[in-house]
Amino acid sequence: MTRPVVGGLLPELEVIRKDFPILQRTLAGGQPLVYLDSANTSQKPQVVIDSMVDHLERHNANIARAMHQLGAESTEAFESARDKVAAFIGAPSRDEVIFTKNASEALNLVANTMAWKGRFRVGEGDEIVITEMEHHSNIVPWQLLTERTGATLRWFGLTDDGHLDLSAIDSLITEKTKVVALTWVSNMLGTVNPIAAITRRAHEVGALVVIDASQAAPVLPIDLAAMPVEERPDFLAFTGHKVVGPTGIGVLWGSRAALEELPPFLGGGEMIEVVTMQGSTYADIPHKFEAGTPPIVEAVGLGAAVDYLSHVGMTAIHEHEQAITSYALEALATVTGLTILGPLTAAERGGAISFELDGVHPHDIATVVDTRGVAIRAGHHCARPAHARFGVQSSSRMSSYLYTTPSEIDALIEALEYTRSYFKLG
Amino acid sequence: MNADLDALYQEIILDHYKNPHHKGLRDPYEAEVHHVNPSCGDEVTLRVHLADGVVSDVSYDSVGCSISQASASVLTDLVIGKSVEEAMAIHAEFQELMQGRGTVTPDEEVLEDGIAFAGVAKFPARVKCALLSWMAWKDATAQAMEEKSK
Repeated sequence: MTRPVVGGLLPELEVIRKDFPILQRTLAGGQPLVYLDSANTSQKPQVVIDSMVDHLERHNANIARAMHQLGAESTEAFESARDKVAAFIGAPSRDEVIFTKNASEALNLVANTMAWKGRFRVGEGDEIVITEMEHHSNIVPWQLLTERTGATLRWFGLTDDGHLDLSAIDSLITEKTKVVALTWVSNMLGTVNPIAAITRRAHEVGALVVIDASQAAPVLPIDLAAMPVEERPDFLAFTGHKVVGPTGIGVLWGSRAALEELPPFLGGGEMIEVVTMQGSTYADIPHKFEAGTPPIVEAVGLGAAVDYLSHVGMTAIHEHEQAITSYALEALATVTGLTILGPLTAAERGGAISFELDGVHPHDIATVVDTRGVAIRAGHHCARPAHARFGVQSSSRMSSYLYTTPSEIDALIEALEYTRSYFKLG
Repeated sequence: MNADLDALYQEIILDHYKNPHHKGLRDPYEAEVHHVNPSCGDEVTLRVHLADGVVSDVSYDSVGCSISQASASVLTDLVIGKSVEEAMAIHAEFQELMQGRGTVTPDEEVLEDGIAFAGVAKFPARVKCALLSWMAWKDATAQAMEEKSK
């Protein structure tokens, strides 16, 4: 089974694969690993692993508060990771980059502090707009915000081909709207959303815009500073472990104006200026939002990760992703009884492709292909409303990344054909 | 690897999946519960009817994978008509089998078709599929007993 490979694959794909030690391992029964679950979490290159080991072996100390050489080295490593992340997303200022635990915490930071005080405080009569294709982590924090404040949650519905239904945008985003929160790239449908147009509309009515970039940051070149200010979101969140970095660290970028207006999220060490028993004043951003000892070695790993991606080149990674996605869409279409959810052309998509296979439940598919070494995800991918919209209880999802090869897609197809024969489907 | 796969997908399991026993929601019942597997979205709505200390009916409506569907079917075969006490003992034995990571040898006298699930215990990700309806049944039965004692 050979299919023509469209152009755009990374020219040094074999070299890149060697950077990821886990890709060399075999699974039970000597099966080579075919890892197609990168939208869930990406694998880590040696340079990320080494940078973390090196930090723990040679530079470990708490940051900002240790008055010794190791403390200075550790602080330098942590803050230089912030510089690297800022460069990776083209942040107008490095102080606008807040380290969090993950993307969920980043989104919760915004949703929580908006309930408290300040110019952006959400109250009764206000509206929050999200979309039906959000990951649960960009739904539930906003539901909690409405429960705490009496505000109303509204959302963009989806078209049958898996895009946001923008036909009612002007009646959905109105003077009542305080915040519009949406994903840049859907983790289930793969859809790339027109965030510039939506941000422009939201800014016309004075609403803040929060972008969940968890699936976008791994594959799209992001240059916040280059965006026209009226199209630049106010917040952008992503997680380290999907951009070849470690777990335990996420990023919230926010415009200085918005971050300065929001009250602190967590109270504690390092986020303060002066503490008295009567009250406290707070540090400037970014430290205002980083209470307590942060995930230091994880930040170092994330810095190495985004440097690695930048070195390969985000434009080249995006082209690779498009080539693999396009190849996968064509290949999946050859499997009898297989239905792809979401847009059918690579140009409208990120690297995640969810599908159904007539007559076999996604769990059973995942288990059978796993015995062939192929790792995919099955379930509702933390996007139950999006599944409900398409009348699907759960789906299977393959997701690729910069180390994915066309032959791995062939292995998936072969495993799916095997699944069909195993369950005796004609 | 096919040996493990065949151990997981025993013919008995596939038969129960294709032709589930006692499926559908029925009256009367004293308790109804809805359990979900939040990581994958499998769902079961299950009703229990107790009469004179006997599990007189278990009815259910469910969506999910072959393992979770077959397991609900086998559950109803095993507990309907048994005393609550006996049924709870069967439940305990099935749960022990599922959580034994493949080290427990099932007793066919007690578990009947349920022994086909022994292979599932070797697939940690699938154990919760097999236990979904069993946990729902235990919950509903406890609620039904409480209802009766009021």
